Amino acid sequence: MPLELLVEWTIKLLIGFVILMTTVAYLSLFERRMLGFMQMRQGPNRVGPFGLLQPVADGLKFIFKEDITPLAADKFLYVMAPALSLVPALMTFVLIPIGGEMKIPFIDRPIALHVTSVNVGVLAILAMTGMGVYGIVMAGYASNNKYSLMGGLRSSAQLVSYELAMSMSIVGVLLQAGSLDLVKIVANQGGWGGMQWHVFWFQPLGFIIFLISMVAETNRAPFDLPEAESELVAGFHTEYSSMKFAMFFIAEYANMVTASAMATVLFLGGWQGPGVAQLPLLGPFYFVAKMLFFLFLYIWLRASLPRLRYDQLMDFGWKFLLPLALINIVISATVAVVLL
Amino acid sequence: MTFEQILFILFAGIVVGGAASVLLQRNPLYSAFSLITTFVGLACLYVTLKAQFLGVVQIVVYAGAIMMLFVFVIMLLNIRDEDTAVDPNRFLVYLTIPLGAILLGALLYVVTKVNLAQPTGDEGGTVERIGTNLLTKYLLPFEATSVLILMAVVGALHLAKREKE
Repeated sequence: MPLELLVEWTIKLLIGFVILMTTVAYLSLFERRMLGFMQMRQGPNRVGPFGLLQPVADGLKFIFKEDITPLAADKFLYVMAPALSLVPALMTFVLIPIGGEMKIPFIDRPIALHVTSVNVGVLAILAMTGMGVYGIVMAGYASNNKYSLMGGLRSSAQLVSYELAMSMSIVGVLLQAGSLDLVKIVANQGGWGGMQWHVFWFQPLGFIIFLISMVAETNRAPFDLPEAESELVAGFHTEYSSMKFAMFFIAEYANMVTASAMATVLFLGGWQGPGVAQLPLLGPFYFVAKMLFFLFLYIWLRASLPRLRYDQLMDFGWKFLLPLALINIVISATVAVVLL
Repeated sequence: MTFEQILFILFAGIVVGGAASVLLQRNPLYSAFSLITTFVGLACLYVTLKAQFLGVVQIVVYAGAIMMLFVFVIMLLNIRDEDTAVDPNRFLVYLTIPLGAILLGALLYVVTKVNLAQPTGDEGGTVERIGTNLLTKYLLPFEATSVLILMAVVGALHLAKREKE
């Protein structure tokens, strides 16, 4: 393996990690401020200008809190669980292309703005998000607490159910792009002056199904039953404190960021947009803007919709979303054969 | 030792360690988690053999979906250590030795007979090639499997319905 490539990957990984962690930190502030505005109150605005230093203060607070392990907990699994939910959440971002190939001063070959690209990219991301659920299940079991166990069980059932609808909604995009590679899927949406996004071009139904199941997959309101605070205290992370709790928190927000990035890449054309062909530097800006739209949507949903009942959630996933996704596959296949 | 060899030893160690742990753990949930470790190690081995599609499918299907159901059932039933004590019918235990020998013999036979080609290093088309082969060369087994799965689905539906009455 050439040393040059190794250096390039390491630098990209570090940059990606820093960007992801910063986004996660400020996403929490953004969410609290936005929720504040939507509920006619201020939100955290005391630490620094507009509360901009709040994430730093939160991080410091997490580090200095007492780290409690319940006496009856399964010690090994209890410690493993936060790590197991954080690692897959951080790994998935590696595959997301945030821009096209770009010329950078002092380097003679173009640099692609993604860490790595594999020909099974979409599947790899689904696989890694699928592994993240074990952290939640493990936490629920190891805490030795009935609320945690309920949260863990709910989460595993919910994630398996909605993962199905989510994967099925992606199939339409794959048929149209003819590849599982995220870079090629983005490249396929470059027509019409960068506006030929899959959401406009035969996949609006798939987009809606993906959007709904993406919210369910990240355990966010109105599908946040695994941590329903009014019935399960806090669900699977009831017993966790200090940095272990922070790790679950970071994992949840990192998953939100990745899911938003996935939705952007698959349906909203990734970094494509008007004028990108002339000015490649615009690409990452378009990408971030689209991702922010989805992140805002998450917060908006949380502020507006009440939580579903558990049987409603399951009925909705299996009896409505999944058949709809299957219909979408039939339509997409017909379109792909007739028109493409 | 080359880079590939180091990776192989690492992942093979994970696979073998996980498999041994499945047998040695007394808590069924620990066994299930060990099995997941084995599957993930296997997936890594597939990737080092340039079969990314197989590796990822291994994680999605086995480590992700099937093991999730195992873990779900174990947690739901809350099986404790004492429930899983060895069955008093000891002869069943001794039956495992000839059965294991047969399995090992079959595996050894296959390994010695089959021509073990090295991966060609062509990374471009694992998904495409598997898809094309499934729908042309291996169409009959593929369709037969799908009928089998359909039968399982109908059977599961029937069982679930009957319980409701």
